[in-house]
Amino acid sequence: MTDTAHQTGPVAEGTAPEREKMVIIAASGDLDKAWPVLILATTGAAYGMDVTVFFTFWGLGILKKEDAGLTGDDWRQKMLSMFHNASPAKLGLSKLHFAGMGPAMMRGLAEDHNVASVQELLDMAISLGVNLWPCQMTMDLMGLKDEHLIDGLSAPVGAGSAISLMKEASISLFI
Amino acid sequence: MADIIVDARNLQCPMPVLKLSQAVNGAAAGQTIELVATDRGALSDIPAWSKDTGNPLKEQFEQDSEYHFVVEKA
Repeated sequence: MTDTAHQTGPVAEGTAPEREKMVIIAASGDLDKAWPVLILATTGAAYGMDVTVFFTFWGLGILKKEDAGLTGDDWRQKMLSMFHNASPAKLGLSKLHFAGMGPAMMRGLAEDHNVASVQELLDMAISLGVNLWPCQMTMDLMGLKDEHLIDGLSAPVGAGSAISLMKEASISLFI
Repeated sequence: MADIIVDARNLQCPMPVLKLSQAVNGAAAGQTIELVATDRGALSDIPAWSKDTGNPLKEQFEQDSEYHFVVEKA
């Protein structure tokens, strides 16, 4: 995909076009946080920005395959993977969860009002070239391997990479 | 008449901006792209996007409760 169309402002002659950077730290696996993360990431990409989302702790659940099953070797990791509502279709709400009734109602409303689902926005983010970074430490902590996560991701990284990018970014968000 | 028509009617934020951006990406410089949307947020979002990406907004009008935006690819 060519992104040169979205260069903002004139580019000085002889210099490589440098796109503005946007970084989002996605630390929550709640549906009501995953939505704004992906709405802002895709919109940033539509603005021609070089967008990276760093998924850490529960945020990593957004990238988990629905059929990942029990992950990890340790019984505690297995317990976590059993009770953690991970993957776009299973994310819960931070408030008004009501044992899953809240998110079901929210998803129904979103569909009725033509709001794109988390899954659609995730697919859109990948097709727009948004850089999706899984946190290696969280993967190790939860016993997640590359094959438990969806395709289209960049290689797992650590906090250092996120900081390095945020130092240069014009927009950095923690959601 | 614009060269490309993008139908984003009944789609909510952020889809009108994403659809327009994809269409502009696929267009040639100088081509015009007309976006039709019903999302009221687009009234503010599309001019902002146009200004920030440097693809000028040539025309904007409302017709039958639908918002039309004609953007020229820079």
